[in-house]
Amino acid sequence: MNELSELMRNLLFLPKEASEWARSVDHLHFFVFIAAMIGAWAVVATTLVFIVRFRRRTAGQSTERVDPKPVHEVLFIGVPLALFLTWFAIGYPQYVTLQTPPKNASDVYVMAKKWMWKFAYPGGPNSTDVLRVPAGRPVRLLLTSRDVIHSFFVPALRLKQDALPGRYTQTWFEATEPGRYPIFCAEYCGLGHSAMLGELVVMPPAEFDAWIDQQRRSNQAAAQDSEPTASEEIDIRGNLVEQGRRIAAMQGCFKCHTVDGTQHIGPTWLDLYNRKVRLEDGRTIVADEAYLTRSMMEPNFEVVAGYKPVMPTFQGKLSAPEAAAIVEFIKTLRTDAPSAEPQKGPIYVPISGK
Amino acid sequence: MSPSPASEPVYNTPNYLNAEKGVRSWLTTLDHKRIGVMYLVLVLAGFALGGFFAMLLRLELLTPGPTIMDAATYNRMFTLHGVVMIFLFMIPAIPSVFGNFFLPLMLGAQDVAFPRINLLTVYLYLLGAVIAVWGMIQGGTDTGWTFYTPYSTTTVTTEAPVLVGAFILGLGSILTGVNFIVTTHTLRAPGLTWMRLPLFVWALYATSIIQVLATPVLGMTLLLVAIEKAFGFGIFDPARGGDPILFQHLFWFYSHPAVYIMVLPAMAVVSEVVQAFARKNIFGYKAVAFSSLGIAFVGFFVWGHHLFTSGQSTFASGVFGVLSMFVGIFTAIKVFNWTATLYKGAIHVAAPFVYFLGFLYFLMFGGLTGIALSTVSLDVHWQDTYFVVAHFHFIMVGATIMAFLAGLHYWWPKMFGRMYSERWALAAAVLVILGFNATFIPQFLLGNMGMPRRYYSYPEQFWSLNVASTAGASLLAFGFIIVLIYLVVSLVSGKVAGPNPWGSRGYEWNTPSPPNVLNFPETPVITSGAHEYQDAGTAEVKHAQ
Repeated sequence: MNELSELMRNLLFLPKEASEWARSVDHLHFFVFIAAMIGAWAVVATTLVFIVRFRRRTAGQSTERVDPKPVHEVLFIGVPLALFLTWFAIGYPQYVTLQTPPKNASDVYVMAKKWMWKFAYPGGPNSTDVLRVPAGRPVRLLLTSRDVIHSFFVPALRLKQDALPGRYTQTWFEATEPGRYPIFCAEYCGLGHSAMLGELVVMPPAEFDAWIDQQRRSNQAAAQDSEPTASEEIDIRGNLVEQGRRIAAMQGCFKCHTVDGTQHIGPTWLDLYNRKVRLEDGRTIVADEAYLTRSMMEPNFEVVAGYKPVMPTFQGKLSAPEAAAIVEFIKTLRTDAPSAEPQKGPIYVPISGK
Repeated sequence: MSPSPASEPVYNTPNYLNAEKGVRSWLTTLDHKRIGVMYLVLVLAGFALGGFFAMLLRLELLTPGPTIMDAATYNRMFTLHGVVMIFLFMIPAIPSVFGNFFLPLMLGAQDVAFPRINLLTVYLYLLGAVIAVWGMIQGGTDTGWTFYTPYSTTTVTTEAPVLVGAFILGLGSILTGVNFIVTTHTLRAPGLTWMRLPLFVWALYATSIIQVLATPVLGMTLLLVAIEKAFGFGIFDPARGGDPILFQHLFWFYSHPAVYIMVLPAMAVVSEVVQAFARKNIFGYKAVAFSSLGIAFVGFFVWGHHLFTSGQSTFASGVFGVLSMFVGIFTAIKVFNWTATLYKGAIHVAAPFVYFLGFLYFLMFGGLTGIALSTVSLDVHWQDTYFVVAHFHFIMVGATIMAFLAGLHYWWPKMFGRMYSERWALAAAVLVILGFNATFIPQFLLGNMGMPRRYYSYPEQFWSLNVASTAGASLLAFGFIIVLIYLVVSLVSGKVAGPNPWGSRGYEWNTPSPPNVLNFPETPVITSGAHEYQDAGTAEVKHAQ
């Protein structure tokens, strides 16, 4: 079975899979490929047989009328329908898996801009164009863009997710094989589109832990040396959570939102992340990263039930990394939060349950 | 009129081509046949222009780094290639050329319902084409034919002219659609019931419905982009409070049905060709006729399959994925019925039939790769890679070009009264089909490897397959040039064809070649369906006076 997979993979020029999910997608690919080839060439062969068998013998030759029976139509519809729906029944659950990051995934913020990738880890470390992740642990990517639409694409993971300006999208993967894999931008973004290359470095977990620990320490040193400035372009340095708290204070968020559970002009931020909230229009949604970001940018679009639509938009006032920092800050505001020192917080802020 | 298969074919004079003389008589003509011929010249010019851009693109991709142009020129070039091929060739090609020429002939009518509007569409096409191409070259439009926001509303290049050009072309497309729908409803000859309509008319009718319903959405979307760009309103650009995904929804709400505007007429042509060259009535008339309407209907509900990786809701992706498969079912019904039509036929392998086989091949593999894409999970890898490029070139271009050439070779003797060299036609058909495969099969593999589309430069691992693709494209271009040469030779010195050289029993062949200005001396009365070959003989007249 494995040999057949390898043979098919090479035949179709597919890069070596770097995750279990990629392997499962490839298996569907092979199934679709083989079934489609058999079906299509059967039609081609039938056509060729007919051409020879029923070639024209005289110029004005007459032919008998042939009309279909109901059974023909049932076959013509039923056979491809059954095949197509089988493919879908395999493919769609795979897609749902990809859209549903596991609870224990660690987060990396991905910020795309013309023409580079910036990766920021909760706890401080960040990098440009090189994404380091541990092998064998799920990683969730939270993507956004600073300018136009980009698309994060790692062929070895069979993974692609657009990065949109002004909002967050997410995807996740669990790389199995340590190694280096190219990252491409798949959505056309201008002159440097084909040069917007990155690299995914999958490290053995122990090596990764050592790396991120070292990164965090050197970042803290850098953060202590420099005074925080109120400039718009805040580099993702130091503790993202701390930064979120500072930006929220600077932007005046706490005039309406509390962090201790008290209700004020706006909903409290305590335990807000991943809470199910009822909206004014009756819908219930989960306050995830996407919702929180949207609420900063289009605050009066999805107002929580019981509140007035009075919040001003922060579109243009908050850059993508600043919004990300605030979201990161909100995520730490939990009644069940471990009383961790912010400076020595966990490498990853785990996604809490409901 | 009575059948005269034994006698020497005669060139019909005077006919629609020479009844009136002078450039002015052409520019002011209301004759649907002349308008069809004018469109033939125009869309072939569009095809040549788009093909020229395609060859420049393929040359640039011959090496991983810069080859013959810089990145800015490359980005403009693929925009030009896409816009010209789609708006100036693919969308108008079959409806405006063969639809105009043969719809009235197949209905037993003298002309389309609105001849003046018909002429107007020619001028709208010319005006739109000139504005769009001039605007793109002058303004350096570099957005690709998809104009995705916020790139298109923030790029420094000029978009307004091409948007206005596409808007005007869209207006022409709507008018043609309205004209064909009214013609089909009101100008059918006595006895020509809906269930006797040639299948060409059914598919053209379905196409017209899409043109009328979907094109206005394109017009609105393009206007919104132009407004945002010109006045800075925040519609699609999130920096101004807009929604970037909204554009993709609006754009594909037109542009996905537009794919069926391109491929349904192709199905229309081959439904005629397969019956004529197999000398056999279609297997499953109703299935083929209604599946066209089915494609037109379902085609409006599949646009979201372009957005599987955009962050749209997981549930929506599932719904769009399943619905996309229904398009595949309707297409499969047609493929099986065309194949079954060959059963117990009397098959003559001439150039149009070879193109029919090519069509069947490209439609099947282009269609099946489309089904593979709509399994959703596979699309995540393929989205925006060369796999998608190869897929839509197979189905939209491969299938449509095959059908266009099938129709051109099948109806050429009717349109111009002369034959072309059969030997050269067969050689060119084989060359075009091989060249097409050699161009796009490497692109499927490039997509599997992970090469994204619209890449000016690429890593070296993609090199060899790109060279193969460029070589294939050269073969393809060579094939098209041969076709052009022997067709021009045929116009000048081709053998006189006579009214019905193929012995076809489509209604349109019951006229002299080339047809008279008024098509039929008196309104024909239809007594049986088209393409019935139960009794022997060639050009038997099936309708009484």
